[in-house]
Amino acid sequence: MSFPWAKQYEPKHPLMRFLDEKLPMPRLVYNAIGSGYPVPRNLNYMWNFGVLAGFCLMLQIVTGVVLAMHYAANTQVAFGTTEHIMRDVNWGWMMRYMHANGASAFFVVVYLHIFRGFYYSSYKAPREMVWLLGVVIFLLMMATAFMGYVLPWGQMSFWGAKVITGLFGALPVVGEPIQIWLLGGYAPDNAALNRFFSLHFLLPFVIAAVVILHIWALHIPGSSNPTGVEVKSESDTIPFHPYYTAKDGFGLGVFLILYFAMVFFLPNYLGHPDNYIEANPISTPAHIVPEWYFWPFYAILRAFTADIFFGLIPAKLMGVLAMFSAILCWFFLPWLDKGPVRSGHYRPLFRKFFWFGLIPTMLVLFYCGGAPAEEPYVMLSQLATAYYFLHFLVILPIISSIEKPEPLPYSITEAVLGKDEAAQLGDSADTAK
Amino acid sequence: MADTTGTVQPETADIGEDGVRRRDFINIAAIAAAGTGGVVTLLPLISQMAPSADVLAASTTEVDISKIEPGQAIKALFRRQPLFVRNLTPKEIAEADAVPMSELRDPQTLEERTKPGKTNWLITMGVCTHLGCTPLGAGPGEDRGPYGGYFCPCHGSAYDTAARIRKGPAPTNLEVPEYEFTSDTVVKVG
Repeated sequence: MSFPWAKQYEPKHPLMRFLDEKLPMPRLVYNAIGSGYPVPRNLNYMWNFGVLAGFCLMLQIVTGVVLAMHYAANTQVAFGTTEHIMRDVNWGWMMRYMHANGASAFFVVVYLHIFRGFYYSSYKAPREMVWLLGVVIFLLMMATAFMGYVLPWGQMSFWGAKVITGLFGALPVVGEPIQIWLLGGYAPDNAALNRFFSLHFLLPFVIAAVVILHIWALHIPGSSNPTGVEVKSESDTIPFHPYYTAKDGFGLGVFLILYFAMVFFLPNYLGHPDNYIEANPISTPAHIVPEWYFWPFYAILRAFTADIFFGLIPAKLMGVLAMFSAILCWFFLPWLDKGPVRSGHYRPLFRKFFWFGLIPTMLVLFYCGGAPAEEPYVMLSQLATAYYFLHFLVILPIISSIEKPEPLPYSITEAVLGKDEAAQLGDSADTAK
Repeated sequence: MADTTGTVQPETADIGEDGVRRRDFINIAAIAAAGTGGVVTLLPLISQMAPSADVLAASTTEVDISKIEPGQAIKALFRRQPLFVRNLTPKEIAEADAVPMSELRDPQTLEERTKPGKTNWLITMGVCTHLGCTPLGAGPGEDRGPYGGYFCPCHGSAYDTAARIRKGPAPTNLEVPEYEFTSDTVVKVG
């Protein structure tokens, strides 16, 4: 779909006309990310991260396919082939550092993308499906990243795989059989490594497919914008190309500078030295932590230290349930936050709880997830976990029913140009008709 | 000529007295057969992920315990996981027996966790019941924790001399696998 004033694709070259008749792929691109897609004129830089996430996905697929040409998923040689890539393969070190840091960059970008969604309530009608598909993508990313981290078969790979598959073992009755089935053995071994490699190769393409659905669903209502006011007339929009291709291009440049600064100067900063020791099933590293992008959820997992409901639900199971619920509750966000106003700009109460509630909570969980499981981190993560669920399940629904939003601008054009000019523009548009 | 009006031709309708067409039966039969076939195809696809024959074949391990002196322990591999075999000293046995059941999170006596007449042989998995780390204490010079058994460095679970959980987040005692003494010096685990 598009707005009625969207530019139509008019191929000039005979070859393009031929193509447009037989397989209108250029038309599809033109309408999706070209001049044929009208976008609100007031998008700020927080709207860069969707395109950047798409770029990261492509980066990971390209470097990943290259790495798979030199890697072998067998416990006898996996660690060795990883080192072979680092030392012997031409440019192998760069491909691997780009892939490892690319995963981190992908998560940085996606977290910003998600929190943009939280602040501007991008999940609200009519964009619920965009949001739901986004959460699916995030879950797929987490699974992919976890399995990718197992592949080098270092100590952290091995013990990470053991701890994470052990989470499934916490389920009553079916837990242990499921864990053994997932691993294809009683502990991570060749069967597990091989299937993780297979799935790690597959899932990015599944992600790419869901990304296409995500963009498709987005293009039905069109992009949201920082005011949260829907597009009313042609003066509210500008074509995606060249305006936002340029703006996203600038963002991409900044991103690449930061990303390559990490790749070339701090390639192991986000990694763990223990993963340069080959996996050893009888010796656990002293301090097991997942990769940084899992820390907030790892903190929630570890926050449950005592049995709940008079021992009916063991602490370990409760931690696992809470960790999964922490993401699953995002699926219900469009229906938990029911207020009609979208943007946090015009929601004074919501804004306070966002900046002084949700954001500090996430930072505390993030910090505690990377810290050892001792006081005061345990108590901090318990408090933060409590607030986290309170925020989404209680505070947001209450805010959305009692909050008195600030007055909204009449239109995007008015928000950008001020009342008078917008009125003039509106008049001239009317007289032109 | 093809029927373009969407009405059913009388010769193909063939409606029985109960209002069921012969074609309905064919439709239901075809869908049922295809559906069953589809579901059955899932079975090998799911079951291929379960442990393979060679992994299952390695599911028993024999451990030679003749060289373990009282007070010593060894780590062996059982199903690719660490196994602790400890020869308890009389003092450690006495310590374990002295603990009242009410103090234990997962109440079990040392006798229940060992074989009759072989109370000194404490054979457990070296897998912390919290999140699966390998506790310290089986190797020489390793920290055995505040209760003198095993100590998990990951999240601070402490086990006593009978490898029972005493402190920290782990929910249960270190698991005692199935095993039997095939002779005085050889234990068959699994």
